[in-house]
Amino acid sequence: MEIMDFIISKYNYLIYIILMMIGFYAMIAKNNLVKKVVGMNIFQTAIILFFVSTASKKGGATIPIIQYGHGEATDIINTAQYINPLPHVLMLTAIVVMVSTFGVAIALLIIIYRKYNTLEEDEILNILKMEDGK
Amino acid sequence: MIENAPALIVILPLIAAPVNLIIGLWRKDLCYLFTVATLSACVLLSVDVLVTVISNGVITYKLGGWAPPWGIAYFIDHLNAFMLIIVSFISLVVSVYSKKSIEKELPDKVVHFYTVFLLLVSGLLGILITGDVFNLYVFLEIASIAGYALIAIGDDRAPLASFNYVIMGTIGACFYLLGVGYLYISTGSLNMADLSELLPGMYNSRVVIGAFAFLMVGVAIKMAFFPLHKWLPDAYTHAPSTVSAFVASTMTKVGAYVMIRIMFTVFKPYFSIELIPASAILGWLAVAAMLFGCIRAIAQSDVKRMLSYIIIAEVGYIVMGLSVGNRMGFTGAVLHILNDAVMMSCLFLSAGSIEYKTGTRSVHNFAQLYKKMPLTMAAFTIGGLSIVGIPPTCGFFSKWYLVLGALESQQWVFAATLLISSLLTAVIFFKVLVNVYFGSQSSADFESSSGHGTVVMDEAPLSMLLPTGIMAIGVLTLGFFSGKIISNVIQFTVPGGF
Repeated sequence: MEIMDFIISKYNYLIYIILMMIGFYAMIAKNNLVKKVVGMNIFQTAIILFFVSTASKKGGATIPIIQYGHGEATDIINTAQYINPLPHVLMLTAIVVMVSTFGVAIALLIIIYRKYNTLEEDEILNILKMEDGK
Repeated sequence: MIENAPALIVILPLIAAPVNLIIGLWRKDLCYLFTVATLSACVLLSVDVLVTVISNGVITYKLGGWAPPWGIAYFIDHLNAFMLIIVSFISLVVSVYSKKSIEKELPDKVVHFYTVFLLLVSGLLGILITGDVFNLYVFLEIASIAGYALIAIGDDRAPLASFNYVIMGTIGACFYLLGVGYLYISTGSLNMADLSELLPGMYNSRVVIGAFAFLMVGVAIKMAFFPLHKWLPDAYTHAPSTVSAFVASTMTKVGAYVMIRIMFTVFKPYFSIELIPASAILGWLAVAAMLFGCIRAIAQSDVKRMLSYIIIAEVGYIVMGLSVGNRMGFTGAVLHILNDAVMMSCLFLSAGSIEYKTGTRSVHNFAQLYKKMPLTMAAFTIGGLSIVGIPPTCGFFSKWYLVLGALESQQWVFAATLLISSLLTAVIFFKVLVNVYFGSQSSADFESSSGHGTVVMDEAPLSMLLPTGIMAIGVLTLGFFSGKIISNVIQFTVPGGF
């Protein structure tokens, strides 16, 4: 039963590790360049899951929006009621970085495809070897 | 000091990049002048910051007036200011050099080249100046993405090389980000100074050790530290010659700077040298890097690929200096960051001039090239001698400190490997230089020019010759100033406890 408790209490972290390993495997082992890019995306998304998981708090904490803001907030803010917003903000930046990396990678793939007419790594390496042999 | 100089150093090239794009719509030829002007301003601001740091001590600049643990703060000590000067100065020199070379290699991409180049400089300067680990990640990615794009516009194989760099670089950046996340969940802070105060109590925590490992592996990928160097030779060989000159001389050094910050600022030397075996692992990998880089470099005939493998060895030198964990070794490592940046830019700039004039990168075609391009080859020779470590050049002085550092902590193997790899670089460069000065002209390339044996002198244009010359003079003279540099700057960067 202990292992069940462990899995249930930490399942989001376990999923993050599994996702990260899937992405990592795809980036290293896949032959198709598009699959490598997809693996890269899964890898980065796993990190987002990890960061967002760290923001949560026990005991029904919700999103950090104060109901009566701007001058009318007379209550003392009880931080235990709200999840930690900072990891979410960090991940917004990380998502921007992720999208731009993805864009650059896809743009490179278009150039590579135009040049070699394939996106399989072994075929490209064969073409390069033939060029060297000339 | 100008009050907002620390922020301006980063923001100036960042804003100049889109402005440059707009200027490019109107007049293409103005982009070059605009880039040079922006980077000159950056150099002046960096000098201003360094002078202030030397006279007044550490600068803390709060962005938007928010106090450090909550807001992002820029901490500028001697190490930052020193690195800022190196990167901004080399970016200026390379941008002056770029005019003719870019016009020839990338005639229809001039505007975009300068835009992305400014972004790259901005990212690198941001990494150097920030005092916040997450902010550092963002700048690291700005610099890397700009770097991917610049490398991809090189020759035929550049896109594939750049793609491999994207994959490797992203793994590195993600590992760094994970490390930052682990540090954040264990301390609740992202500020470097704050972290270094909070962390000592948790040095036995597995999360913190895991964070350290992630950070180090991430940075090692970014700085192409053996065995994570696989992307570097391809990327730097196929990039346009201007880009190789800038990226080769600064990006790996900025990686080395981040490694220093993590090992000695975020974590205390007590943790990274004594508590966990990081220094031993880094030291032995550095030994492997020095040997591997030099041995692979011997086998190369493409001059840029040869220099790229030497960079791997040079990164090994720097890490070896850090890993021995004493004052001499650390001084040598920081001094080597400066010297290596100067000599690598000198070599890559002269290699770029050779390619510009003769269209060849193969060292076999360099025979008798000194008759054709005497000044460029003189610069190449000076750079080569400095890599080997012949006394009057600056390479000798940093290697001297590195050897002393290795001997002081009784790492005989490290010292011996450094000497062996210096001998190997001597083999590499003397092989090339003998061909340049005494080689027989058998290749058909020159026969068309003007008969046998007499080659008309045909130097690179002044805008390429001048930057190369400045770097060559730097290589020759920096050695004499190394005592001054150490007493005024580097001795203050040595972490406490050494």
